[in-house]
Amino acid sequence: MEKTKVIVGLGSCGIAAGAQKTYLKIESLMNTDKLDFDLKKTSCIGMCFREPLVEIVDKNGSYLYGNVDEKRIEEILDKHIKKNEPIKEYVVATKLFETEDNKFFDAQVKIALRHCGMIDPESIEDFESQNGYEAIKKIAKEKISYDTVIKSILDSGLRGRGGGGFSTGMKWKFARNNKSDEKYIICNADEGDPGAFMDRSLLEGDPHAVLEGMIIGAYAIGATDGVIYCRAEYPLAIKRLNIAIEQAQKKGYLGNNILGIEGFNFDIHIKEGAGAFVCGEETALIASVEGERGMPRKRPPFPAESGLWRKPTNINNVETFANIPWIIYNGASEYAKYGTEKSKGTKVFALAGKINHSGLVEVPMGITIRDIIFKLGGGIPNGKKFKAVQLGGPSGGCIPEFLADTVVDYDSVNATGAIMGSGGMVVMDEDTCMVDIAKFFLNFTQAESCGKCTFCRIGTKRMLEILERITEGKGKHEDIEKLEELAVQIKDNSLCGLGQTAPNPVLTTLKYFRDEYEAHIFAKKCPAKACKSLLTYEIIPDKCTGCTICAVKCPVKAISGERKQIHFINQEVCIKCGDCYSRCKFEAISLQ
Amino acid sequence: MRIERIRKINEIPANDAVDLTLIDPLISKYKGKKGNLIPILQGAQHIFGYIPKEAFVKISEETGLKLSDMYGVATFYAQFRLKPVGKHIIKVCHGTACHVQNANLITEALQEYLEVLDGKTTEDRLFTLESVACLGCCSLAPAMMIGDDTFAKLTGKEAVNIVKNIKLKESN
Repeated sequence: MEKTKVIVGLGSCGIAAGAQKTYLKIESLMNTDKLDFDLKKTSCIGMCFREPLVEIVDKNGSYLYGNVDEKRIEEILDKHIKKNEPIKEYVVATKLFETEDNKFFDAQVKIALRHCGMIDPESIEDFESQNGYEAIKKIAKEKISYDTVIKSILDSGLRGRGGGGFSTGMKWKFARNNKSDEKYIICNADEGDPGAFMDRSLLEGDPHAVLEGMIIGAYAIGATDGVIYCRAEYPLAIKRLNIAIEQAQKKGYLGNNILGIEGFNFDIHIKEGAGAFVCGEETALIASVEGERGMPRKRPPFPAESGLWRKPTNINNVETFANIPWIIYNGASEYAKYGTEKSKGTKVFALAGKINHSGLVEVPMGITIRDIIFKLGGGIPNGKKFKAVQLGGPSGGCIPEFLADTVVDYDSVNATGAIMGSGGMVVMDEDTCMVDIAKFFLNFTQAESCGKCTFCRIGTKRMLEILERITEGKGKHEDIEKLEELAVQIKDNSLCGLGQTAPNPVLTTLKYFRDEYEAHIFAKKCPAKACKSLLTYEIIPDKCTGCTICAVKCPVKAISGERKQIHFINQEVCIKCGDCYSRCKFEAISLQ
Repeated sequence: MRIERIRKINEIPANDAVDLTLIDPLISKYKGKKGNLIPILQGAQHIFGYIPKEAFVKISEETGLKLSDMYGVATFYAQFRLKPVGKHIIKVCHGTACHVQNANLITEALQEYLEVLDGKTTEDRLFTLESVACLGCCSLAPAMMIGDDTFAKLTGKEAVNIVKNIKLKESN
């Protein structure tokens, strides 16, 4: 009989939630209580809202336990392992009985994330046992030509998952058709969109799938060298990639004459990014790998013709590469079964913000935004109202509640003014101010503009200044028109995607939430009550009991009043910290 | 705020003794290799915690890389620092998800406890407070990172306690 397995999720998110402590606790309990089971590690399964997660696989099946801290694991091991009594109320997902969170997995189709949270990412054997490296072996064994590989990717309809949405097969075809003694394949792991973390999760959870995708890509286009450009903020991803590369080299998946394919020599290196968002743009990324300032270059020539070191180069995103082995192994038509007419397959979305089930989900293209947020994401916490979702990071836009039935595919999302981007979905509720969100993104793009194009460099700065004064209550009547004018000019006069899309968050919020801008400018009010300068805290005389707690705690002594007398806030002194508001037990402070 | 990391011309350089021999292995590893500029600077910063002016000069003399190119790259990327920072860099995430979950309160609490403004280093050179764009921990927002450790679902108070603990360990 197979031994019982206890598997701990040790992705960055799990570790941040305390999974490392849980793991050490299990180790020590194994020793002291002489428990007999296999203790294993895995990475993030996507259910970040229940971290730390521990899975127990016994003779009956698998039980995924959630919120497993040091105390809970003791209880679980005691009951489940020693007495063989699973603790049902702690189980978040299983096939054996109904749980509240089972449906989180039921609606998903896992292709890119197929191994995440299933295997030990630091073990190549684990990966191989799940059909890992079978796709490249199939190519070697059946002597599949590079043309056929490219045709499969074309037929699958796979489009770039980094945000561009360009056909991956076409990209490979261009790179193959350019003749050269040296060619490069680059994996873009410079995941910079705030709010997106699927690439980190993939690299931490299934690094070999990305390597296998790159190896197949190298075979298809005839690349001699591979580079993974990974951002330095992901130390765990870099560590696991390094382990994976070493293992793949030892097993002969990287090196010379790979798997006996005559003349197929290919190896992969990691380049650590140095902190510049613009390096996610492919020509800027290439400049950065070459050791220069990461500034975009003019296209054409496209990288497929003249890229890294002026040689033909193909760049794909992490998630794109993770799909490749599955497509080759299972067939293009199998992949194309999912999705819509022009957007095939599945897409990973990162759910974050004001949402109950934050985490990673992979769904077939064509599902509605509403289903993602309410069916998978579990809706909005604390009974608040869903207001909008930001899709596509700083280059994307806000999709309002009334468009939530938009289906996710590249073209439908573009039609709203947002973009698919890398798939970060930040959910906002009634307490989020849309002008503040627009300001937040402009602040980001303004700081990350490389400075090459004047309109991007100075235009975004001017837009930011306007947004700052609007949120400070100093907005002028002509500000909305000014914003729109600047937005158009920046879009038209910027060289790369960063500048061309930088105004999108402002344009979409202006399109769908114009009334909020007007309230800030004309009525000097923030409807969401988020912009500090526009708030006033006042004491409601009928409710004030004169308990003095607000006056005692006020950091600037703006509140006066005797014990058991009605208190008063001096507006000229008040710094609007909200301390009195959160402390008052009698709800005697109003916020306007 | 990003770390205040570029030294002004008239600013008095830190009076740190820099052992330049430490970067010898780095230079021999990367000398003459194409695309070596960023890895060399990353390596030097890893050794010193920042890139001292003397290191720039030495690298330039021994590898033939131009000082102007190196300075251009070092000031372009947010990772590089041209003046010393605290032993521990506290990176408070201000990505979208953390922003909507009130990451500002974390920064404010830490500013108050450390008595430094965002982007600055404490007088004992133990901590530097920084705001960063996204740590990729969005589902557990708000988050911060100190060294290679990520802390999630924070409140201002918890963030301060974490820093207090590090300070306690340092003083022992």
